[in-house]
Amino acid sequence: MNLASRLKQSWRMLTMVFALIAIWIIFQWVTDGAFLQPRNLSNLFRQMTVTGTLAIGMVLIIVAGHIDLSVGSVVCFLGVILTMLMQKGWSAESALMVTLVSGIAISAVQGWLTAFQKVPAFIVTLAGMMIFRGASMGVTEGVTIPLEDSWIKTFGSAYLGQEAGWVLTFVAIVIFASLRVQKYRNSVAHGVSTSGFGSTLAMIVAFSSGVLLFNSTMSRYEGIPYPVLLMIVIMVAFHFIATKTVFGRHVYAVGGSVEAAHLSGVNVRKIVLGNFLLMGLLTTIGAMILTARVESAQPDAGQLLELDAVASCVIGGTSLMGGKGTIYGAILGALVMESLNNGMSLANLESFWQYIVKGVVLVAAVWLDVVSQKSSR
Amino acid sequence: MVAQQLLELHDIVKEFPGVKALDGVRFDVLSGEVHALCGENGAGKSTLMKIISGLYPYGSYSGELKVNGTSRKFLSIKDSQSAGVAIVFQELSLVKELTVAENIFLGREPSLFGIIQTTEVLMRTSALLKDLGFHMDPSQKVGDLGIGQQQMVEIAKALALDAKILILDEPTSALSDTEIEVFLETIRRLKKRGVGCVLITHKLNEVFAIADRITVFRDGKSVTTYNAKDVDEHKVIADMVGRELTDMYPRVSRTIGGPVLAVHDLTVPHPTVPGKNLLEHVSFTVRKGEILGIAGLMGSGRTEILMSIFGALHGPRTGSIELEGQSLAFASPQEAINHGFALVSEDRKRLGLVLEDSVSRNIALASLKRVARFGVVDDSNENKIANDYIDALRIKTPNSASQVKNLSGGNQQKVVLAKWMLTKPKVLFLDEPTRGIDVGARAEIYKIVNDMAAKGVAVVMVSSELPEVLGLSDRVIVMCGGRVTGEFSRDEATQERIMAAATRFS
Repeated sequence: MNLASRLKQSWRMLTMVFALIAIWIIFQWVTDGAFLQPRNLSNLFRQMTVTGTLAIGMVLIIVAGHIDLSVGSVVCFLGVILTMLMQKGWSAESALMVTLVSGIAISAVQGWLTAFQKVPAFIVTLAGMMIFRGASMGVTEGVTIPLEDSWIKTFGSAYLGQEAGWVLTFVAIVIFASLRVQKYRNSVAHGVSTSGFGSTLAMIVAFSSGVLLFNSTMSRYEGIPYPVLLMIVIMVAFHFIATKTVFGRHVYAVGGSVEAAHLSGVNVRKIVLGNFLLMGLLTTIGAMILTARVESAQPDAGQLLELDAVASCVIGGTSLMGGKGTIYGAILGALVMESLNNGMSLANLESFWQYIVKGVVLVAAVWLDVVSQKSSR
Repeated sequence: MVAQQLLELHDIVKEFPGVKALDGVRFDVLSGEVHALCGENGAGKSTLMKIISGLYPYGSYSGELKVNGTSRKFLSIKDSQSAGVAIVFQELSLVKELTVAENIFLGREPSLFGIIQTTEVLMRTSALLKDLGFHMDPSQKVGDLGIGQQQMVEIAKALALDAKILILDEPTSALSDTEIEVFLETIRRLKKRGVGCVLITHKLNEVFAIADRITVFRDGKSVTTYNAKDVDEHKVIADMVGRELTDMYPRVSRTIGGPVLAVHDLTVPHPTVPGKNLLEHVSFTVRKGEILGIAGLMGSGRTEILMSIFGALHGPRTGSIELEGQSLAFASPQEAINHGFALVSEDRKRLGLVLEDSVSRNIALASLKRVARFGVVDDSNENKIANDYIDALRIKTPNSASQVKNLSGGNQQKVVLAKWMLTKPKVLFLDEPTRGIDVGARAEIYKIVNDMAAKGVAVVMVSSELPEVLGLSDRVIVMCGGRVTGEFSRDEATQERIMAAATRFS
């Protein structure tokens, strides 16, 4: 990839990062320095994990030209299944297994209706949103179900030890650096145009300082929270799926042009169904994290979560027209959304403001996209 | 009537970052004439039209634009419309769900207190259509009309604005031969009414059939302007490409082997009209290394043959398809591709390419399994493959990471061909492989197709361009009304014989 198109691509990410930094500085100022405390940042990252996890799956669904509005309700419903089974004396493992199977089954039905029966995903998942909200209220009879003690709670409040944190940080840096160097060597060997070793080095330095800063901040409180670690692993895995695998390529091709993909031998229906199945997996993980964090399942848990996830994707540069969007962008989007939530509560702003501000930011982000695309034409 | 100068352009210069798209262009249009604009893709024809129509506003170019002798500064398409300039774009801009009348009056519906005067719309439309000599029902949905008739609606829409200058950008690229005849007749009538037409087309036979003057563009400059009766096709082509194009259809000696694809009695019923068939008892064979041309009018079933065999038409089908003696029936393009079929579709922008994606991704799209290991795509390998094809097919692109939507039509088509070459096909289907592509790139595409056949690929080519069918094919079958109405060897085939078979309706 040449420099110009690479710059154009990362321009969007860079503006996002700057916007995020600006938001953080504003909150730091408004909250008299409470916002950027390690403790608060640790909280912030922990709080974004559910939205972030769902946004990761949502990106792929939106890129393929669909949407999933049911995830908030399904997260709630799966939390209910998990806690109820454990209340009945099931082990954490087997309860989680059943939850996962349920999550996959739900998304399989929704994906099948969308991909094979051609019912629009908007309708299928809007229905799913109502059905599973209703089911959750019915099954719980409106009562909160506590989560029994088990290792699942690790994903709510536990932290990775500091030593482990540092080891992991260095492992990450080594892996990143060697992958980059490998890529550089490959491109030289294939004689593909590259922007020199300087940019490879710059990327390694930037990555290392970012990771070191992150880990040292987290260490100054309790260490990296387990749910955050889990989200990072999922993020990297899905970024790999989206950009490096045949499946991922096909997702983007389907979103770019269904007809062209179909005539090029892409099995469009399988791709769409596959997206929904991955979403099912992520919904289950989201349900586990959320249940562990609040240590219970509540019939109104996860409300508006689907819209937060969609908003994160869109703020992160995903196009609702399909074909365009990145996993990292969506995570940045989720971080922006959660920073707004966290900062405004910290500044003791009434909660109605949070909705208004989040709405304004959502429109502003997309407006900027549209304007910048017009001017680049 | 003395011809007056309707439109004059002087010293037009238009620059894009890094490129001079137009460099001191002169152009004019007289009343009652057709002034054809010829040139390869990228020569600057479309850019000039966008300036005339106000799409590129005054200030984004330098030079002078005069309408009826007065200098004008168009800032939008509305400005040019009110000055009497109407443009009919290559891609139709009609709303398929609305009727003919509604489309013609879209945006300026006669209304009373916000209520559309439906009767007035219908009456004015039918008066307009009658005046133009178009036979169609004003209350019919545009989506139900054929492409040719849609084109006429588009022209009627432009003329409903009382345009004096009509710009036609590749107006016949989607029309069948009979439709083209009707279209040319329409233009002749407009000439008599004093309308000045600018005709942009790659089809030189149309240019010579109708144009009074011809201006050739090359590399952003207006090279020459001829009176049409003073020049011939050869001279114009030579001016367009800047060199003599000796032979468009190089005769390559190929060894034709045994049958690869044998189709027998293929019948496909019409999906919505009961009792009607898209294809009826179609049989043909293609051999290894052979190019089989399929000629016929629009709607004769040419495209459907390819789509049906390729598994891209849903619904029932009878008859047999044999690949190298093995009986097959594909339910999806995926199966067809796995068996060594490739399809270059007629609409490359919609069906052939993922426009937002890069050149390399488009080339790899149909062979990702081969480019990948354990489901993981090897980026550098993908790039290397793409670069190999960019070199081999001489695809003009900044690099393999450029978006295909920024490439010219000819280069986009080469990307499509590269995509299929990479799948190492046994059978290659081409559907209108050179539609909207300029002369120079055409010759290169013919060479690519010839080379593939020489390597043993069985090629089936559907085309509306008879010279192309005659020049490239070893054998030609002719379709009419879903049936095969003629088969000719290369030596037997002539334009007259093919046209006779193509109109042999039973």
